[in-house]
Amino acid sequence: MSKKNQILVEKMIAKKSKSAEKTSMYEVFIMGKSYKVPAGLTIMKALEYAGYRFIRGCGCRAGFCGACSTVYRIEDEQKLGFDLACQKVVEDKMYLVQLPFVPAAKAEYDLNKLKPTESTILTIYPEIARCVSCNTCTKSCPQDIEVMKYIQMAIRGDIAKCAEISFDCIQCGLCAMRCPADIKHYHVSQLARRLRGKYIDPKSKNLAKRLKEIEEKKYDNDIEELIKMDKDKIIETYKSRKIEAEAAEDLGGD
Amino acid sequence: MISLKLIDGYPEYMLKSIKLVEEKREKNMASPVKPMSLKEREEILNNYHPDYMKGTRRELRIGVDKGKLLYNGLVDLLEAKSVLDPRDVDLSRVDYDIDLLIIGGGGAGTVASLFAYESGVPVDKILIVTKLRHGDANSMMAQGGIQAADRPEDSPALHYLDIYGGGHFANKPELARALALDAPKIINWHQELGVMYDRQEDGEFQELSGGGTCRNRMHSCKDYSGMEILRNIRDRARNLEIPVLEFCPIVELLMDDKGQVAGGIAFNLETYEYYVIRAKATILATGGSGRLHLSNYPTTNHYGATGDGLIMAYHVGANLLDLDTIQIHPTGDAYPEPIVGILSTEKIRGLGAIPVNANGDPFVFPLEPRDVEAASFIRECKMGRGIVTPTGMPGVWLDSPMIDLIHGKGTIATKLAGEVRKFKRFGIDMTKYPILVYPTLHYQNGGVEINEKTETRVPGLFAAGEVTGGVHGRNRLMGNSLLDYNVFGRRAGIYAAKYIKKVKIGKLTLNHLDKYNKMLDQANIKSTKTAPVILPEYRGEMALSRALDIF
Repeated sequence: MSKKNQILVEKMIAKKSKSAEKTSMYEVFIMGKSYKVPAGLTIMKALEYAGYRFIRGCGCRAGFCGACSTVYRIEDEQKLGFDLACQKVVEDKMYLVQLPFVPAAKAEYDLNKLKPTESTILTIYPEIARCVSCNTCTKSCPQDIEVMKYIQMAIRGDIAKCAEISFDCIQCGLCAMRCPADIKHYHVSQLARRLRGKYIDPKSKNLAKRLKEIEEKKYDNDIEELIKMDKDKIIETYKSRKIEAEAAEDLGGD
Repeated sequence: MISLKLIDGYPEYMLKSIKLVEEKREKNMASPVKPMSLKEREEILNNYHPDYMKGTRRELRIGVDKGKLLYNGLVDLLEAKSVLDPRDVDLSRVDYDIDLLIIGGGGAGTVASLFAYESGVPVDKILIVTKLRHGDANSMMAQGGIQAADRPEDSPALHYLDIYGGGHFANKPELARALALDAPKIINWHQELGVMYDRQEDGEFQELSGGGTCRNRMHSCKDYSGMEILRNIRDRARNLEIPVLEFCPIVELLMDDKGQVAGGIAFNLETYEYYVIRAKATILATGGSGRLHLSNYPTTNHYGATGDGLIMAYHVGANLLDLDTIQIHPTGDAYPEPIVGILSTEKIRGLGAIPVNANGDPFVFPLEPRDVEAASFIRECKMGRGIVTPTGMPGVWLDSPMIDLIHGKGTIATKLAGEVRKFKRFGIDMTKYPILVYPTLHYQNGGVEINEKTETRVPGLFAAGEVTGGVHGRNRLMGNSLLDYNVFGRRAGIYAAKYIKKVKIGKLTLNHLDKYNKMLDQANIKSTKTAPVILPEYRGEMALSRALDIF
């Protein structure tokens, strides 16, 4: 590769936004005001391109935190769309808005004093009984969770099922904002998951045993020995340690 | 004008390259690239990894770490004047008078608040102050899991050995020991909080291996491990009604006339007011610095990760460790534009996908250590054998369809459901087409030096989580960062509570900022920047170039 090409690539790594000007532009309406933004941007990046600097409505920028859940509408269409601003790509003639905060009340409880019975969730969040099965919550979920279904599970007292169905919830609150019965779905499912994790899932015996060993200082000497080792010896010990499993399916991590 | 016509999510010129990838797929699967020798690894790191290349770092000219090598982007900020002018602040009016100030509402800060409470600090004497919302943090984004040696085949000593070797033997041993030995306690605490860990039918944890670990000890909660752990911890804090001040980053620490840290100055991002917060002890839990885009890398980090804690701590005289290293993850997404920098999991390579260049040729063993793998991607692109996207981002292909060919149809859909969903949003089917990747800035290995009680060298200032240095040495292993914030967040809460009982705060002052600015003048350092930066600047160039500061 020529030196010239090399420099070119390096420049491209450093400066990306310039080339955007060459792509085709869409008209979007941010809080009703018209702006031109390059096609291909997410709602979040389109707002920034237009000159907005976020304080609210922007968190992890990767679809995990629920800070940027938003609604939108395409010109001449009736329907509202629901999505995460960091994930949804803008379309031409899109109306964009930011939702800075969800004022949904969370119940306060001491998990240690609760029991995972059929009525636990209903007692703490009685409004779930008002669910009219309109399914608006499910339709507004940017994670495609069957929200209404897990509320039904909560009403029925099936804590484990409610926890399982709701597991991917990023707690953005769109469900609660749309609900005609004022249910706080994402708080309800948080309680279900904690009840399940604490009381319903079976516990690890290995962990209990290990805790006892640590309490008895079983490993303190082993670690002390490693700490005291001179550099060459610890490097050798590290390199010659036996690796348990390298099967691809076992590989976890980020 | 670049054509925007996309076929199956890709522009035509990229599809042409994909054709080559497809043609050579079978051959590539049959003849894999061999792992590098140690010498080859060293050579590629020296030439293509930012931690080893010339020009990425320089010596800091002032303060306790004068002469130390740090990344340029950090030196720029450490050699800038404080964003806060002490003359703008009236210290005689204290807005919050508390025992414990916790700076940062992510994992470390929230855990610290819970254990400070358990250790006797009253709820109304604790204040978490955070830049964004409570829980907007890298802790929320971690997918993989958390390490703890709790299986009979494993031991905390082996975990220690992995941490220490993985950190290139540069870790502070007492911190690595705390990380390994406290780990099972943390998992047990999570069980009691109600964290839904992935388990076998008998209740034992499903534990996976990870790069650089000699035993399977990665505990996970599906693809959302970080989120599941933090939302439990946060729910506990909310039930206790621990006070949280959101959208109010601390911009500088406060000191007293005895040289102790005594709280901080918060800045309300929405009303532009400042608040004087006097506290007997302060825990720094501000997280990492991915949003500084050191060496111009895209990042996996959340919006607020701008390294503020490093700057504020340095201004009061705390020292920094190992900030001449950063962790870049080899497989950040390079296309499409909306997800640039976001992680594609290591598991894709673990399951057999091979990285190939624009010509469809493999160029590296897929499972080299992260730094080596990343360096080889960078080399391939610098050699002109990568793909450059319509927005100028370079990348190499990760040939994901290989996975179904190896393990049978449907494997990708079940084992990588989250990844499939992510690409599907943009019309890309990763079970049929390769994905484009380029290294992304993932983790701040070093930071403010602490001891095993999480004390910094400045009295009154404790620190925990990604902002600290010494725990992971020069390289962190996967699954140890979620563990880190729990282990040291807990310790910070406990030891700060002890400290609070005996400390007496003197007269409040911001003199350290004047002194710091004077030091800059004396060293003849002239900078137009101010620090900390608080939020990254992503406004469009056109909008920025016409912005006026008149309102």
